[in-house]
Amino acid sequence: MSVTISPKRLRREFVRKVRELSGQNLQLCYQCGMCSGVCPAVSNMDLSPRRIIELARLGLEEEIANSKTVWICASCFACTVNCPRGFDLSKMMEAIRLLTLRKNIDYIRPEDISPQERCKLPQIAMVSGLRKFTG
Amino acid sequence: MSLAYYPGCTLKTKARNLEEPGIASLEVLGLKLVEIPRWNCCGAVYSLADDDLIHQVAPVRNLIRAKEQGQDKLATLCAFCFNTLKRANLLMRENAEKRNTLNSFMDEEIDYGGEVEVVHLLEVLRDEIGWEALAQKVKLPLRELKVAPYYGCTLLRPREVAIDSVENPTILREFLKALGASPVDFPESTRCCGSYQVISNPDDISEYARVILNSALKHGAEALVLTCPLCDYNLGQGQKELMKKHSEFKGMPLFYFTQLLALALGLDPQVCHFELNYGSPESLLREKNLLSQSESFQPIGG
Amino acid sequence: MSIKEENKNPAEIAAKLIPIYIMGKRYEVPEGLTIMKAMEYAGYKFIRGCGCRGGTCGACGTVYRKPGDYKLQVALACQKTVEPGMYMAQIPFFPANRAQYEFADLISAPEEVFKLYPELFRCVACNACTKACPQGIEVMDAIAALKQGNIAEAARLSFDCIQCGLCTSRCFGELAQYHMFQLARRIYGAKILPRAEHLAEIVGTINEGRYDQILEELKHVKEDELKKLYQEREAEPMAAGEDWKPKDTRYL
Repeated sequence: MSVTISPKRLRREFVRKVRELSGQNLQLCYQCGMCSGVCPAVSNMDLSPRRIIELARLGLEEEIANSKTVWICASCFACTVNCPRGFDLSKMMEAIRLLTLRKNIDYIRPEDISPQERCKLPQIAMVSGLRKFTG
Repeated sequence: MSLAYYPGCTLKTKARNLEEPGIASLEVLGLKLVEIPRWNCCGAVYSLADDDLIHQVAPVRNLIRAKEQGQDKLATLCAFCFNTLKRANLLMRENAEKRNTLNSFMDEEIDYGGEVEVVHLLEVLRDEIGWEALAQKVKLPLRELKVAPYYGCTLLRPREVAIDSVENPTILREFLKALGASPVDFPESTRCCGSYQVISNPDDISEYARVILNSALKHGAEALVLTCPLCDYNLGQGQKELMKKHSEFKGMPLFYFTQLLALALGLDPQVCHFELNYGSPESLLREKNLLSQSESFQPIGG
Repeated sequence: MSIKEENKNPAEIAAKLIPIYIMGKRYEVPEGLTIMKAMEYAGYKFIRGCGCRGGTCGACGTVYRKPGDYKLQVALACQKTVEPGMYMAQIPFFPANRAQYEFADLISAPEEVFKLYPELFRCVACNACTKACPQGIEVMDAIAALKQGNIAEAARLSFDCIQCGLCTSRCFGELAQYHMFQLARRIYGAKILPRAEHLAEIVGTINEGRYDQILEELKHVKEDELKKLYQEREAEPMAAGEDWKPKDTRYL
């Protein structure tokens, strides 16, 4: 996959917002790939967690927007506890999700969940899913 | 002795088979779980955004309820709720600015500063009762039933809420040994089941289940023990789909830790509500002579 | 009282005028009027947002603030009397989708509510709804009860709901609480609440025709005779014991 990195493509506002919302210092990451290694969902992602951090650091908002990685994340915190630099990647994933959700763009709608599923699912699934995917 | 108890929404309906055996078992062990009054849904997930306070209101309100009852501990059975409540509690303890804002926002409630401690039932069993004392109360040892302990995410991550070692937890292993079962360690015991992805990308769930269940089976497990209703749903439903798609896939019964506890303490199996379990626990329990022939349950989970 | 005051209309003497602000515009209205009457005094004519005028229909939900106070207050315009400096607007209707369902097909289970109103799970327990309820209902607690699958508790807590929609207007999670409560109360009343057995018995007795004859007789009795029968009817005395029986025991 080729990505063009240039000051012209750097979206400073995006980087600033991700830093603020996550409360994390993106510069901590040294791209060791531990996060991708422990992520249980990485095989379903188009861009691995490691790549997402790099793209976020470089302000490449479009590449991240076109990726479904943050929406496949299950907030399991495996990346967070395994990062050798103490970077909380789960907070960064949440920040990126929120930048979309707070524009009132939802990832799912409650009516997309089938009526049978709505009856069977434990309430924690409904509550957590709607929190992560709707604004 | 009594302990303030936060059930969470799921335990009253879908996960009766987690709550009822838990409450009954603790009574036998001398601990009465007393539900806090007027509790609300804790929100299930802890909000990870730095500026978000509205999603902290729900868990903090429940902590306030415990404080109002004069309690210094709040016990939970649901792993999901445990994580959220504990993290919100840490926030109120450590961040003065957010604490003040939340307290002033919830002006109809008393102020809260983290006075209550959030504990999970497994911690209570380990720290207040002790494994030896528990083992002595066991009336029906689980006859070396080979059970794989499955922790999932929320009891061990992030580090600040972990009830045990993050990398090598042993609490469920010790719990199972105290009950006379044979714990089967396997590498995927802390791997995520997919959590809330079940509502957005449900097709991925059976794959998450496959990795976990296959690993447990390969290491010789006859059953899995769980602490979370969402893990139960994802692994249970995932297992069903895998058995449908691949005829050679062997599923296994999924138990809640409270059910095994109640069984081992010699309580009436009715309180365990095995009919709500996935993986047909009945036949395995009969095979091991842990259930008399007269007991029968209509499987709902299948 | 001076001569000037004596010649005044009693209503004019009694009414002190106080300022209120309706949708940002100031009016002087007589003290002691309800918000609704004060608005009509000010020249507003209600063709919507007004109903029973008795605090039951929920049409006249009003929000207001008091001078120097950031807190949002709520009231029913037909019930609340005006206060000086009240800064108000009406919420006569708030959009709230009601699920379509065939009530007869529903079973008495909380899953029916989960199915029809999945947005129930968007509640964040912020309590804005409770603060917005003019009936003093613990709206947040009732929603919590629904999430926990307790239909009976939700029905009990929401009993006084008049469906004014103020809770919905303030809801962070965009829930239509009052529609969910109505569904809970319907399920509770029709499918959970135990039926009075003695009521079913007496209805059965009536349907079997036990009282047909006397009813038929009474239909043909003249008005005067009917009045006499009524006035001379036998009534159970206040201090009657367990074994008291009327003289005419045909219909016991």
